[in-house]
This record gives sequence, C-alpha cells and structure tokens, in this order.
Amino acid sequence: MPEGKFCNKTPINTEEQLKATLGDKGGKQYYEEMNQLDVDSDKLWASIQKTMKSRTKTWLEICAHCGLCAESCFLYQVNGRVPEQVPSYKIQSTLGVMVKKKGKVDNAFMQMCMETAWSKCTCCNRCGMYCPLGIDMGVMFSYLRGLLYSQGFVPWELKIGSGMHRVYRAQMDVTTEDWVETCEWMAEENEEDWPGLEIPVDKVGADIMYTCNAREPKHYPEDIAEAAILFHVAGENWTVPSEGWEQTSLSMFAGDWECCKDNVLNVYAALERLKPKRAIGTECGHAHRATVIEGPYWAGRPDGQPPVPYIHYVEWLAEALRTGKLKIDPTKRIKEPVTLQDSCNYVRNQGLKDVTREILSYIVEPGYFVEMAPNKEHNYCCGGGGGFNGIGKYREQRNVALRKKMEQILDTGCKLVIAPCHNCWDAIRDLEEEYKIGIRWSFLKPLVIGMLDVPKHLLPPEE
Amino acid sequence: MYDFLTGPMLWLTFAVSFGGLLVRAVMYVKGLSWQLDRVAYRPNMKYGIRGGIRSIVAFIIPFKARLWQTRPGFTLIFFAFHIGLLVTPIFLAAHNVMLQNAFGFSLPALPTGVADGLAWICLVGGLFLILRRIAFPEVRIITTFYDYLLLVISVMPFITGLIARYEMGDYNFWLAAHILSGEIWLLALPFTKLSHVVLFFMSRMQLGMDYGIKRGGMKGTDMAW
Ligand code: SF4
Ligand code: SF4
Ligand code: SF4
Repeated sequence: MPEGKFCNKTPINTEEQLKATLGDKGGKQYYEEMNQLDVDSDKLWASIQKTMKSRTKTWLEICAHCGLCAESCFLYQVNGRVPEQVPSYKIQSTLGVMVKKKGKVDNAFMQMCMETAWSKCTCCNRCGMYCPLGIDMGVMFSYLRGLLYSQGFVPWELKIGSGMHRVYRAQMDVTTEDWVETCEWMAEENEEDWPGLEIPVDKVGADIMYTCNAREPKHYPEDIAEAAILFHVAGENWTVPSEGWEQTSLSMFAGDWECCKDNVLNVYAALERLKPKRAIGTECGHAHRATVIEGPYWAGRPDGQPPVPYIHYVEWLAEALRTGKLKIDPTKRIKEPVTLQDSCNYVRNQGLKDVTREILSYIVEPGYFVEMAPNKEHNYCCGGGGGFNGIGKYREQRNVALRKKMEQILDTGCKLVIAPCHNCWDAIRDLEEEYKIGIRWSFLKPLVIGMLDVPKHLLPPEE
Repeated sequence: MYDFLTGPMLWLTFAVSFGGLLVRAVMYVKGLSWQLDRVAYRPNMKYGIRGGIRSIVAFIIPFKARLWQTRPGFTLIFFAFHIGLLVTPIFLAAHNVMLQNAFGFSLPALPTGVADGLAWICLVGGLFLILRRIAFPEVRIITTFYDYLLLVISVMPFITGLIARYEMGDYNFWLAAHILSGEIWLLALPFTKLSHVVLFFMSRMQLGMDYGIKRGGMKGTDMAW
C-alpha cells in the first residue's frame, strides 16, 4: 500500500487533517502505516539532483574517514562511544548511501534514515567545528530531513508540528484571537503592580516589534507579561503584531521547507506592515535561527538579512543594561553559584556568546558565575535539540542524550542554570525530572525583574 | 621506457592532474547556491573572505584549531605525513635536475639527509594512518577498501623512490616504478578523494565564509575554531 491515512507524502494542510492525526494517540496507526509506505525513488532522486549543491556533494565525497569528528559529537560520547554514533558514519550510511543508490532505496532504509536523522543528531553543528575538512553534519542532516519529510518518513509529532504551522502559522494551535486575547489578559493581570503597563498590538512605527514562541501564549503567558514589564521599565516604544508574532519554526526541524518559507514571510509581512525600527525575538534559540539566521534565505532575501534589524532577546537585554535603561539593584544580584547554557542556535549559529556573559556581569555577584566546560561555541547541545525533545518515539534516546548536559552541570557544582532558550530550558527541566540532580533553571526575564531597581514613578502608588 | 615516462607521459600527467584540479575548483564555486547553502556570499564578500581565511589558517597550522589541540599525537603524525608528502617531491634535488633540464630553472633543493628524513616520515606516518584505521573502532567503521587504496597510492612513490635511492635491486627498474607510481598519484588527484588537495581549501573557505557571514562574523564575534 503506498500512502496511509495519516502517514503519507502529503503535508497536513487543514484543521481537520490536523485533528485527525492528533487523534491517533502517540502515532500508533501512523507508524504502522509507515511500514507500508512506498518510496518514490524517481522523485527522491530528482529532488536530490536539484537541491544537492557542491557543498554537500563535496562533503560526501572528500570525507577522509578519519574519525576525528567522533569525539566532537555529544551523542557519540553519551552512547558508550559506539562507532554507529560517529558523525561521519551517521551521514555516510544514510544520505551517502541514498545518493550513491540514486534514490533507489526501500522502506526499511528510509525508516533507518529517519531514526538516524531525528534520534542520532540534533543538528547542533558542533562536529562541523572539529572536522579538518569543514564538513558540517548538522547541515547535512537538516538536508536529509527535508528529503525524508518529502517522502513521508518523519516522526509523528513533527508531521503534526509542521501541520500546526501550516494551519495556524504557529507551532501550537494558537489563533490570532487567542494571541491577542492573551496579550490583553496579561496586561490586565499585571496592571496593578505595574501601572501603565501595556501590550500594544499592531502599533505602526514603534521602535520595537516583539515576537515570540507559540508556547508562550499557550503554556507560559507570564513570559509575555515579563517581556512587557521589562520593555515598560526600560521605557521602550514597542508593539506586537496580531499576525506574524510567532517566530519559531518547527517545520525547520521537520524538514518542511515550503512551510518554513510561508512562516517567515508571515513574520516579515508584519515587519513591513508595522514598520518598526527593529524587531526583537524572545529567549529562544530555535526561533532566532528560524527567523533571523535561516529565514532570510527561505524568504529569498539576497543580503541574507531580515527586512529590519532583528535581534535576539539577549542582545536587547545586554544593551538595556549597558545603556542604563534597566538598572539592577546590586543587593539583589544572584549570590549563589550559577551557570549558563549556551544555546547552539544563537551561539554557534550566530556568535552571540559574549552578550550573555555581559548580562551575567550585571546580574550575578562577581565570583559566582561558573562556566561549563566546554562553553561558548564549543558548547554541547542540551540534549534535546533539533526536535528531539518533542518526539515520543525517541524519548529513551533523548533521555540518554541529556546525560552530557547533566555531567556538565554537575561539574560546575551549580544548582541554578540560566537557559535563555526555550528548548534548552525544556531539556534542562526534563533532565531534572528524569535524573533528579536537584537543580533549578530559569530564563533571564524573571531573574532580571526580581532584581530591578525600578524608578519610583513606575511603582504602584503606596496606600 | 624512461624517456616516455619522463617525456610525453609526464606532460600528459601534469596537464590532466593540474587541469583536472582546476576544473574541480571552478566547479565547486559554480555549484554553490547562496539560497540553498544559506550564505549570502556576494553582498557580504568582505566578511566572507575574512572568515574563510581564518578558517583555512586555523586548520593548516599545527595546533592552532581546537581540534589539533585535543589530539596532539594524531596532529603530529598528520602534519608530518602531509608536509613530507608535499615538500619532498617539490624540493627534491633529483626532481629539480629534471626541472632544470626541461625549463632551465630549478627550485632550491633539499639537502639529501633532510629529503631522506622526510620520505621516511611520510612512510612511517602512512603506516600509522593505516594502523589507526584498523585499531580504532570509530575509524574502522567508516574505513573502506578505497581508503586503503588511496593511502597505498600516496605512499607508493616514496617506497619506490627510497628503494631506488638506496639502490637496492635493479636501479632502473625501481626508478621507472618510482616515476610511474608518482604519475599514478598525480593522475588520481582530480578523480578521487585525493582531490582534497584543492577541495580542502574550497570547503574550508566555504564554511569559513558561512561562519564569517551569518554565524557570528557579522556580529563581531569570531569563532574560535
Ligand atoms: S572529521 Fe571530517 S573528514 Fe574526518 S571522518 Fe569526520 S567528517 Fe570525515
Ligand atoms: S550536528 Fe551535533 S548531534 Fe549531529 S552529528 Fe554533529 S555533533 Fe552530533
Ligand atoms: S536545544 Fe539548545 S542546546 Fe540543544 S541544539 Fe538546540 S539550542 Fe543547542
């Protein structure tokens, strides 16, 4: 049988399909259908020929098979250093074979590729820094995921994830109304403590347009409130768009390129409509990568930049502290050992390694910040990147993957971990749930709010 | 035989080898796609070139890149092998005599002792590279017959050259074998993985540009390779 009801080569495009697929709990039927799914070899080969350019071709050809990339991969390290986890092996045995066979591969092979692409690589791009020939497996696995997605070989949750983006233009079922309501609700909720607090929607010509990750309106609306409070205290002229507020792209990790483009164009359209001076994205590495680092290319912007300067939250926060827009009360600084999770998606993928440390210099009492080793661009993935966190089928493998970060955190001796990235934050939460090492974790926003030196006129009038 | 190998055959080899490598370099650049690679090469050329050069420099200098620091033993063998492989043939006195005869100029020649030493290092280095392929599971799993073949092709000219040099056996035979194996090596360059002699620079340049443009360079933070 070629295509199943849930598992097929057609993306989810309607709410109905989406609900039906969601109704297949855990993807039970989905994965059963996958066993029958045919591979369209001609289409696969045609798309390889069209999209595999000299970079990937050369990488596949000249890999010296030297194995130097092995140790660079945290998954190799935590999985008992089995040779099957050597980055070069992982890509040669999947994409390499697919290309060698000119797309003439079978179902079992595709399922093996799926497992490798989504449970043995988090697209953290670390190995690329350690290969003498500059071969970046993270890049190649992203490419392989695209090929797999187009053939219907994608984990159930990610098929749904990209379906969510196609239907709601958000990674969760948050509609425009839900979003706007959440903003209003959050403004009201906090008005008393922060007189004059607003979350202006669709204000044209503001200095800042703020965008976020759909899990904020869905699960942690207080994050939006916290952003609002900090913009308010900093005296920023800001706004959120009613449409185009969601900057993450699960489709990026699902390999649904068409959907990636649609989503980022939606955000850019908001920029063009509201004409802000610049845009600021929330504390999420994945969202930043999708909208700011990769997005311009999906959208076909030749300069590789979004339509207006678009920065990550840590860049804004560092600037606000540096320029004195936000002031920290020195007595409230963190006075316990604290460590920082560097998110691959904005550190290795955009070099934002120093700004986070600059922020810490304001909010942590000198002497209490402990670096993980290795850190900055040499950091390890939190263990849940590239969609790994969300895939039930690979939960066990993901839990093993968390061990690297656990070791790193334990080595610092810190009980508090700052993780200015949604996905890393989730992984660290899961890590505590799974291994109970007694740590706490936080985004930057709540920490900073707790230690602000707030000007009198912004505080509620005393009774 | 000798005349043929050092005459027409040599010229043909050079033409195919260097011509082929040039073609590969050009094809590489032509096959880049800013949108699919997600690197805006042209509009950010300055950042790109800077990042590219940093990336190449980090990896051609022993112990500069973090990779080289984490594996000192391998790094020594690796660089000794490659330096021997490149320096010896170019600066060998005997080769320069040929150059002198053909073109009337020659490069500075290595003292015999140094040349011998380099050739031996190359051989021993090659041997180590073969042994580690067998010994380490993480290398064994990705090693194919082709990898051994290329190593053999690369060290053959040194083996035959050393035999001829020490005049073991029939000098003329070993000399011819030396020239032939050298030519095989040269011919293999553009058509096999040995094309990394130029593609290394292309690939490193490309990834360096990627880092220099969108992965940090334009944010003013250089990656510490
Ligand atoms: S380090 Fe690079 S060249 Fe060596 S095996 Fe890994 S990918 Fe291949
Ligand atoms: S990108 Fe990261 S997870 Fe994937 S193979 Fe490389 S180091 Fe491992
Ligand atoms: S989840 Fe965090 S640490 Fe893991 S790959 Fe993504 S950004 Fe990196």
